Amino acid sequence: MRKHLPGLFGVVSFILVVLVFSQTYAPSAFADDGPDAAGVSTQASAVEAGPIAPRLTKDDYPSSTIVRPRVVVWLAAQMHLWFAAFVLAVPIFVVVIEAIGICRKDERYDRMAYEFIRVSMTAYTLTAGTGVVFAVVLFFFYPHLMRYLLSIFRPTVFLYFIFFVLENAALIMYFRLWKRLKTGAGKIAHLCIGIALNLAGTAIMFVANAWVTFMMSPAGVDLKGAFQGDVWAAVHNNLWNPMNLHRFIANIAYGGSIVGAYAAYRFLSSATEEEKAHYDWMGYTANLIAIGALLPLPFAGYWLTAEIYAYSQQMGITLMGGVFAWLFIIQAVIIGALFLAANYYLWCGLSRSEGGKRYTPYIKYIAFMVAVSFIVWFTPHTLILKPWEASALGGQYHPYLGPLGLMPAKNTAVNIMLLFTFLSFLFYRRANRVAVVSWAPYGKAAQTAIFSSAILNIVFLGVYYGYFTNTVYKVASSVPQVATTLFAIIACLTVEFFIYRGAKEAGPYKWGRMPERSQYAIFLITVSFTWLMGLMGYVRAAIRQHWHVFSVVRDASPDAFTPTIGYAANVVSIGTIIFMALVVFIFWLSGRKGADYGE
Amino acid sequence: MRIPKLAQFIIIVAVLYALLKAPGVFLGKPIPESLIFMYMVLVVATVLLVMTSTDESAEELFSPIRALVQDPKKAFARNIVFVIAPLVAGYIAYGLSSKGMEPPAELRSIHPAPLSKMAAYGKRFDMATLENPLRATETEDKEIFNAYVAEGAGIYFKNCFFCHGGKLDGRGHYAHALTPRPLPFKGRDTIAQLSESYVFWRVVKGGPGLPSEGGPADSSMPAWEDKLTEEEVWKVVLFLYDFTGNRPRERAREGK
Repeated sequence: MRKHLPGLFGVVSFILVVLVFSQTYAPSAFADDGPDAAGVSTQASAVEAGPIAPRLTKDDYPSSTIVRPRVVVWLAAQMHLWFAAFVLAVPIFVVVIEAIGICRKDERYDRMAYEFIRVSMTAYTLTAGTGVVFAVVLFFFYPHLMRYLLSIFRPTVFLYFIFFVLENAALIMYFRLWKRLKTGAGKIAHLCIGIALNLAGTAIMFVANAWVTFMMSPAGVDLKGAFQGDVWAAVHNNLWNPMNLHRFIANIAYGGSIVGAYAAYRFLSSATEEEKAHYDWMGYTANLIAIGALLPLPFAGYWLTAEIYAYSQQMGITLMGGVFAWLFIIQAVIIGALFLAANYYLWCGLSRSEGGKRYTPYIKYIAFMVAVSFIVWFTPHTLILKPWEASALGGQYHPYLGPLGLMPAKNTAVNIMLLFTFLSFLFYRRANRVAVVSWAPYGKAAQTAIFSSAILNIVFLGVYYGYFTNTVYKVASSVPQVATTLFAIIACLTVEFFIYRGAKEAGPYKWGRMPERSQYAIFLITVSFTWLMGLMGYVRAAIRQHWHVFSVVRDASPDAFTPTIGYAANVVSIGTIIFMALVVFIFWLSGRKGADYGE
Repeated sequence: MRIPKLAQFIIIVAVLYALLKAPGVFLGKPIPESLIFMYMVLVVATVLLVMTSTDESAEELFSPIRALVQDPKKAFARNIVFVIAPLVAGYIAYGLSSKGMEPPAELRSIHPAPLSKMAAYGKRFDMATLENPLRATETEDKEIFNAYVAEGAGIYFKNCFFCHGGKLDGRGHYAHALTPRPLPFKGRDTIAQLSESYVFWRVVKGGPGLPSEGGPADSSMPAWEDKLTEEEVWKVVLFLYDFTGNRPRERAREGK
């Protein structure tokens, strides 16, 4: 019990802090302030529907000469979000792995799942701790905004706590009963507790998403921000579902990447071959899940962005056509690096089996295609030009590279990048096998035909509909492009399954036979994910610009300006370094305790 | 003859660098240094990843470097490299730091987000729903549409031609004196990406009407609100699309 005290303390503090604030900032208190305190009018008609949004002045914000309030809230929010993603993501991963272990009757999966839920216990404490800090600084520096939000979302705050308590109860049961419920019906019951843990965790995220998305696309309020009484309308605003989906998928990918980083850390510090083999296998499985979840993520992001455009053209253009487009270029570079790292890990994995050598000559061609796609993917439309370059080009666009800066080129590039990453995976899967069915050459020819036609179709859709028809089709053509990619992947996997049914072994996988440099590729994937979450999270929040709640509550604080891209990138990067240092600390702490599975 | 891995690495990187420099040298259309830097980081990283994907290949790539540092027989070559390498680094550092008089690279938002409402010609325009009122004639009465386009051409050549050019390529007589340069309307990546209401807003309000948020935005464009009527601006917009063969961006509607 004693070892869980810090965690319990964090959880209880978190609950107490937010409960205290939710009572302090109850709607009645808000209404009583009157117009003098916050510039809020409490006219009778408005009070009936709910208080109208406060019109703030700079005096409504506590000033500080020691810290910049926005940076403090920004970093506190980001830290809490990263840890929250960690503790929401890893249990999803753990339950999936536990289920695979049950289905395959392979105890290695169970051991990996247990090891990970144990690691995330420390992360839970830090999540609650950062949550307390975040809540305190938010209520302290932005009291009127929080009062307004609570006047609308108060019922959901209590819902949040209910899910929070349920999640913690499920987590403790899930962890403590692992060894007791190890077989038979007990194991199924244990898996159900894990699913309950994830449902509660996901519900918490959905509730918090409602608050965040309301600030971007407010609903359930009139033009003056007066709440109309329907909480569900405020929750179910335009961006709520797109963000729920985007964050849910991202959490699965993030969970896989964190587990992958842990496996890489333990692989590099392994003292025995057996340990090395275990963590190599763990790293591979985790990466497979991370990259598998990454595949649909751009499309969920596309939906979210399309909804942002649909809600407000102004926010949409600011997001991708204005200054924030530069952060999308950084995003493109990081995502490209992530794909390269994933491919590199698979290429190195070919050395696990003797049969892998058959496929190493193809690596350079795959790398070429990934690199070409990557170049298209991150080439900006509006260029950073020196005066002499601008003079030579006669403008901000390049005559030859300009078309690569548009969305159809990006969509085409990312789909081709996905397909070639899939090809790396396919070769890796074949590394230790030799097909024995007589029609194998025809099957492989069919796969080649599917793969080639898919690429031709993607390029045609991107070029023709992207540049030679109306712009309405330009956006719409991305859907058949994605469908083509998914079809090619599924069709090739299906053919692959039948070709290699009953296949002969070319040489068994020797887990642990991986070069150490491959493990740094896993670290790169994890750091890339974390960095991306910080950068794009900032962009999503910052496109509101000088609004706390878009078009309803104006930000009148001295910080109501868009910081430079360099400054924003620095804040996020510092946050990433601090977070990753804490993650490594958690790994180290976990390593010191030793793996106690089955002991 | 088989080329050693390290030499392959150097050749690939050098050839690709030369290819990236070629448009500037031969066609006068340089790829910006900021972009070449990004491309070259990717090229070096990708080639390194491919060459280190197997132990044998990685060993072949790095063994000459290791030998150069460790092998007693290579002392002469080592000494030469250890003298040349810092000199090259110093030369590059000097080259990077000696361009003190050059203004820094410009980061600019070309298409700032429009305001949701625009006030002009004594009324308010809702930018989210604003359409070109003359566009319907394109399908309803081609003759009238052509007349509008011809009038738009006349207005263009009396007012806009001097900066945006006779070919609508952004290279008018005065263009070279302006910073930023006027935009070309040709090609698929300027007005083809914009709705007519956006182009209308940019003509009517020009540089002085750029929003304070969403920057850094900058424009040499004058505001034409006081010089052209609302209908004249719409006619010019029709002409811009018609002459360049572009279609204005349409809003996706239900069912489309």
